[in-house]
Amino acid sequence: MQPSTDRDVRQFVIDNFLFGQPCTLSDDDSFLESGVIDSTGVLELVGFLEQHFGITVEDRDLVPANLDSVRRVTAFVERKRQAGEARLAG
Amino acid sequence: MQVEHFLEASARRTPGKLALVCGGRRLTYAEVDAEANRVANRLRALGVVRGDRVAVWADNSVEAVVSIFAILKAGAVFLVVNPTVKAAKLAYILNNCRASALIADRRKRATLGELAAELPHLRAIVFTGSGDESVESGKRVAWFDQAGPAEPPPPSGCIDIDLAALIYTSGSTGQPKGVMMTHLNIASAATSITTYLENTADDVILNVLPLSFDYGLYQMLMAFKVGGTLVLERSFAYPAATLELIPAERVTGLPLVPTMAAILLQMDLSGYDLSSLRYVSNTGAALATTHITELRTRLPHVRIFSMYGLTECKRVSYLPPDQIDVRPTSVGRGMPNEEVYLVDESGQRVEHGVGELVIRGSNVMKGYWELPEETERVLRPGPLPGERVLYSGDMFRRDEEGYLYFIGRKDDIIKSRGEKVSPREVENVLYAHPAIAEAAVVGVPDPILGQAIKAVVTLKRGASLEAHDLLRHCSQRLEDFMVPRLVEFRAEMPKTSSGKIDKKSLHLPLEQGTLAAPSVL
Repeated sequence: MQPSTDRDVRQFVIDNFLFGQPCTLSDDDSFLESGVIDSTGVLELVGFLEQHFGITVEDRDLVPANLDSVRRVTAFVERKRQAGEARLAG
Repeated sequence: MQVEHFLEASARRTPGKLALVCGGRRLTYAEVDAEANRVANRLRALGVVRGDRVAVWADNSVEAVVSIFAILKAGAVFLVVNPTVKAAKLAYILNNCRASALIADRRKRATLGELAAELPHLRAIVFTGSGDESVESGKRVAWFDQAGPAEPPPPSGCIDIDLAALIYTSGSTGQPKGVMMTHLNIASAATSITTYLENTADDVILNVLPLSFDYGLYQMLMAFKVGGTLVLERSFAYPAATLELIPAERVTGLPLVPTMAAILLQMDLSGYDLSSLRYVSNTGAALATTHITELRTRLPHVRIFSMYGLTECKRVSYLPPDQIDVRPTSVGRGMPNEEVYLVDESGQRVEHGVGELVIRGSNVMKGYWELPEETERVLRPGPLPGERVLYSGDMFRRDEEGYLYFIGRKDDIIKSRGEKVSPREVENVLYAHPAIAEAAVVGVPDPILGQAIKAVVTLKRGASLEAHDLLRHCSQRLEDFMVPRLVEFRAEMPKTSSGKIDKKSLHLPLEQGTLAAPSVL
């Protein structure tokens, strides 16, 4: 599951914030520090995550630890999905 | 009073008091002052003299704050360039004011290396971080963290009618103009604003707006002037992280633009302890009445200051918080120590009714840098012989009790995320794309941005172009907030009888084939 999450997140960032530009963004580059995403961009990213991965992003999740690099977003989506599955199973 | 005295006086009065919280660092007034002295001495050693223009090109950071005061202590004029500005515009600005030195984030080193040949006036660059002094591409290169004396540099000889800052702002011609602010202009504006906000040394101001934006810059200047604490964040990208700072730092003041208010109101605020918050302020564009009502309901203990301003005089008016429920759509009245009035087309004063807003006060700029004609257009004769007052270009209505209501601008400047965008500047970039035949840029209402920037274009015969390609072209040449959110391809442009593009009819419902380019919430 994870490779495709990673790929989809990266593709979204490239399409929407780099407008398809060939990209040197590494998995650990901070979106904010590298200037890839600005404040409204984070909300667009969240909209995409909710729609594409079927997760719910809470207000409290809107912190850099969850959202500020491809790797962090991927891990965040995986955690959310596992929590969702655990709830369903429970 | 000179602007560097804001810091120096607070450092003398309360050296051990917390001045700045930023990027995980906490600095007292004595520490900020010592750092600023050290960097000022470095600038002097690099040849910076009284009246030189020195630019800062960095994100909100300790270095950016220290640099502003260091430049002033050296007797020079500071300008803060938006960190997302692209190379061509940076070169335009630095060459326009013939900046002799630049303080830049070290990550800009490669970009500046490529650009150096196009910056004939620039003699020295100070990069953040540490390293050895050198000469690169003909420029002296020094480092922010280089050791040096922390004693104040020898006096610069500046007086308060000398320039303190240039603030570049979008102009209707498409080229940015440098607004010249003297020490007196800035000190007057900061005094008026801190007076009506009732700021004291007990205030803790949380600023997420860029220091390149005068609204963000003044949060820092005003906090230092009253000896309060500035909590400086790089952006509002992670609103939950920002909100958590309010209880953690016992924040009392939060400056907003409407985009931030819209984002805040989408959140559940009940989980945050916001009891320390004394006021929020808004400017940049008007807050929607529904947002005011909601802020009042959800944060009943917080005073809301609805304000209106122009870079050319910093701030024009504010609505006293006790009026916000009575006349929520008003931007209030003139600030303390400032006179504002309306004039009709013949220049006669209008007591009640509609007219162009005119501002009179020592906060009004000295003029636009080396643009005498543009300066004359906005700074016109006032009531006293030889006096000049500022014509805002904004139409207002004034009610019986003297409160002002914004009606519209005389030009077509767009306000997006609270920042001014010149359609011409964006159109110039669109025209630079080889496939574009005609381009027009308009603002369309947007619940988060206030106005979203929309590009309407026609293509040259036989050319083909995807929206993404055009937006990439724009994002490589424009600051983030200027990049269009929407692109519409048309077969032809509506024209006025004189053959110009008819922008009014571009606001009509979208034609088929419109592409919403980056997904908009």
